[in-house]
Amino acid sequence: MPEPTGKLLRVDLTVGRITVEEIRPDWRRDYLGGRGLAARYLLEELDPHVDPLSAENKLIFATGPLTGTPVPCGARYMVVTKGALTDAITTSNSGGHWGPELRFAGYEMVILEGRAPAPCYLLICDDRVELRDAAHFWGRPVGATEDGLRRELGIPGLRVACIGPAGEKLVRFACIMNDKHRAAGRSGVGAVMGSKNLKAIAVRGTGGVSLADPAAFMKAVWTMRARMQDNPGRISFTELGTAATIDMTQAFGGLPTRNFLEGQFEHYENLNGTTIKETRMVANKACFACTIACGRVTRLGEHAGKYLVNTHPRNWKPAGEGPEYENAWALGADVGVGDLDAVLKANWLCNDLGMDPISMGASLAAAMELYERGVITDAQVERPLRFGSADALVRMVEATAYREGFGNEIAEGSKRMGAKFLHPEVFMGVKGQEFPAYDPRGFQGMGIAYATCNRGACHLRAWTPGFETSGNRDPHTPAGKSEWVVHEQNRTTAHDNTGTCLFTGASGGALETLVPCTAAARGVPYSIDDFVKIGERTWNVERLFNLAAGLTKADDTLPRRLLKEPHKSGPSAGVVVDLDAMLPVYYRERGWSVEGVPRREKLAELGLASA
Amino acid sequence: MRSVTVVERGLAVKNALHIVPDKCTGCMQCELACSWVQTGTFAPSKSLIRVSVFDEEASYAPFTCLQCDEAWCMNACPVNAIAMDPATGAKVVVDSLCIGCHLCTIACPFGTVFTLPQSGKAAKCDLCAGQPACAAACPTQAIVFGESTRTGQWLTPWSTKVHRNHVEAFGG
Repeated sequence: MPEPTGKLLRVDLTVGRITVEEIRPDWRRDYLGGRGLAARYLLEELDPHVDPLSAENKLIFATGPLTGTPVPCGARYMVVTKGALTDAITTSNSGGHWGPELRFAGYEMVILEGRAPAPCYLLICDDRVELRDAAHFWGRPVGATEDGLRRELGIPGLRVACIGPAGEKLVRFACIMNDKHRAAGRSGVGAVMGSKNLKAIAVRGTGGVSLADPAAFMKAVWTMRARMQDNPGRISFTELGTAATIDMTQAFGGLPTRNFLEGQFEHYENLNGTTIKETRMVANKACFACTIACGRVTRLGEHAGKYLVNTHPRNWKPAGEGPEYENAWALGADVGVGDLDAVLKANWLCNDLGMDPISMGASLAAAMELYERGVITDAQVERPLRFGSADALVRMVEATAYREGFGNEIAEGSKRMGAKFLHPEVFMGVKGQEFPAYDPRGFQGMGIAYATCNRGACHLRAWTPGFETSGNRDPHTPAGKSEWVVHEQNRTTAHDNTGTCLFTGASGGALETLVPCTAAARGVPYSIDDFVKIGERTWNVERLFNLAAGLTKADDTLPRRLLKEPHKSGPSAGVVVDLDAMLPVYYRERGWSVEGVPRREKLAELGLASA
Repeated sequence: MRSVTVVERGLAVKNALHIVPDKCTGCMQCELACSWVQTGTFAPSKSLIRVSVFDEEASYAPFTCLQCDEAWCMNACPVNAIAMDPATGAKVVVDSLCIGCHLCTIACPFGTVFTLPQSGKAAKCDLCAGQPACAAACPTQAIVFGESTRTGQWLTPWSTKVHRNHVEAFGG
């Protein structure tokens, strides 16, 4: 059977024009789909200098070739745009059931352009695609929006991706939420959606995904599933969830605490996977086609009185999902809070109001540092922003989403907030985006991974702690880390492009198992080398966009705190990130100039000479 | 559609699908597998097993035909288009006989007979001729194909749990 073609939906929100196009077959082959394909469209169509929150910016939702298929964890879609937090290209990934539903409706991508004159939502129901009035949903939290849309439309099996009040208020780290608890979380994609006056995209698809060679495809799927079944990584994800990672980062002094002032958190046991499982977890929850089910449905503790999500018990039993490792860190260790119920409440609020818990927690931690140092005073904040204050945490999450009081400052992200209060050093991140939960002083490799990531500090583009702590390697030395990060970034990017979850890679379903699945799905004889090349090509496309947007080598750096100020105690005491040693090696490995610009030969090799 | 011989009604199935909702994570692998085996596409909307999602209770319940001993769908069919597969005891729609009158979908007390939008004819679980794809695809053993004497055993603990949750939430 020939390679099936793919369709994209282009929606001009300004005039309400909806068109269906065929996806360029050459790009579909060279980038697979998802992140890479959307990035290529963005590079081609968008002026990189536009203000992310202007009508000129474009917002792309893209699925991969394996989204909506029985490949384990084939649930992912990617939101690609110019990020409101970073002013660089962003690629924000989410699972759940929305992405597969888009494919069942017959579309692989949605490109949103312009700005709607009034709040609206997009309904995609197979061939029926329309923009509808969303005035009555504007201001509603995520859960109420999804429930409301289901009631209003009465379409069984409807899936909803929407923004919450944070996205409407253009909070710079607002998310796009789907299936209530799944988030395309980082870099402010929700603010871009809010700036377009688009509240939600509701999808129902009654068609199926057709593949080039289904028999070979199912054979490859069963091979992958057999490998994952007894894999210790898979079992750990299922049993303890992502929060199990806290024990590991704590052990190596890489659990950033109180805005990266310390590398270990004294109350880490309150927040780890075992505690969550034993005291708060109700059930595992899987995304579409997921055989891992790392999602945790949780409820608040029996005596969590003041943190009740909603006074009506029906609405807080269970309270929601998570916290994941990153959220437990950002809303816990990074702000010094060891009260799991407060973390759960804050996490639930972030989900329902549509905000990235990582940037929320990290920005609050920066504000707390400013407060503790006396830069901001009691007159400016409604309650003391002391490290460890559960009360301040829960209140500030709400205040930030609605931009009330000092929340209005936090909503700009810690880089803009730090600059405004003349203390830019409190910003812990790269390219405007706050770090996730790995201290590069504990894991040198994360330093180079953060500094070079195209969408700002991110742990999902090359995750080094597993590599750095295995074998005879030393996580505190820079040798060999740049080479491995380049290798891992390319592979991870190809993995993203397929539309499957990165956790399959840590669960026995490495990239090698996805190659035959994709080859059978598309009818193209891809090899592992092709995949690595696709990853590298995508990475360079993103880099080209960022360079055109005005980013330079100077943006591939880390805050002074990580480069000059070592921890005083713990396993990582005395270590700083040796970025000067790692960055030139990284550029060389990438085939870029010493200024970090892809060389002409490299671009020609990747088929990007004309870009 | 595989050929089926009509035999006398009322015979019990030998093996049946045992469903344990507490083990289900809502991943829809069963729906994908079913739609693939039954229709040749990966389309959960065409699946003959459906996962009911109760988000507020954090519970998921796959549900499909129970292969009743006295099958009301069979009794309702005016043209005898629902027959029993002698090998498995499954009640099977004979596509060539079905006239698309929908009577079986109304007769089924569990709502597990569907109509296919393309042909307008009835479709229901036929136990995949003794090798149910949904059970094979389930990653958590929430669906197990085994002896029919235990079918429905999950209902008692399940309803007890739902009742307990209801009492906790609303105070009885």
